[in-house]
Amino acid sequence: MALLTDEHRRWIGREDAPVTVEVSRRDIVKYAVATDQLQEKYLRGDEAPPMFVFNLFGPLRKLEDMRADGLPRAQGGGPALPLKRVMAGGTELRMLRPIRAGDTLTATSRITDMVEKSGAQGPLIFTVRTTRITDASGALVLEEIQTAIAR
Amino acid sequence: MTLRFADLRVGLELPTRAHTATNVSLFMYNAAVWNPHRIHYDAAYTTEVEKYPAIVIDGPLQGDWLSQCVLNWLGDAGDLTRFAYSNRRAAYLGETLVTGGTISALDASARTAELELRVTNERGDVTTPGSATVKVRA
Repeated sequence: MALLTDEHRRWIGREDAPVTVEVSRRDIVKYAVATDQLQEKYLRGDEAPPMFVFNLFGPLRKLEDMRADGLPRAQGGGPALPLKRVMAGGTELRMLRPIRAGDTLTATSRITDMVEKSGAQGPLIFTVRTTRITDASGALVLEEIQTAIAR
Repeated sequence: MTLRFADLRVGLELPTRAHTATNVSLFMYNAAVWNPHRIHYDAAYTTEVEKYPAIVIDGPLQGDWLSQCVLNWLGDAGDLTRFAYSNRRAAYLGETLVTGGTISALDASARTAELELRVTNERGDVTTPGSATVKVRA
């Protein structure tokens, strides 16, 4: 049974509005302390560990827009899928250069693939989202490829 | 001592490191990444409402620990150019998780090494497998 329609596939390649963030040394140090980093370049905030990009460009909602579980209301862009249970499938980062204190970074995210597969317990829909992070000069700093699995 | 490509062999194990999250460290991590989901700091809510056995250790935090396994081994001898991880099993406050990895392939002309990585819990289950590519300078 085909669950993905042409309407779903039209989302492939569609780009979200870019988000720009200024990276501060203090934010890097907080992250480095919380993740128990050992290297001085991270603990001083000169350079950010690669996983510092997790949720770096996520929306900052007002308190009134938070649900009781702590998550913001109406999260995530993309088409409504016929399968509703969504799991994180995996994350891949490709680093071209380290993120440094003082960088102004812009993230542009788009769905790059949607595939239907048959799993042991029924159908699965894999949605691949690619985020390109560029610096103020427009050079690519890091690319993040995330897979979400709906079942 | 700086790591050199000539010293690397397929099958070589990276040093392991144990991580034991605390209520304080999880609070700080979720504040740093701006994640307000209550399953990471509110024990009563986590067990009574979302029915987890205990406070949940963030998947991306395990991803960070796994990336550190590579970064701390590599030091300034090269660059981590690719890192991937996948959270397969939940981990809970009170558990000690151990990161480790193995060299799975080497490319002498490019001076790159492919690594297989894993976060393992105390029962020996891999909670978070991963992989990485490093480029060694010399």
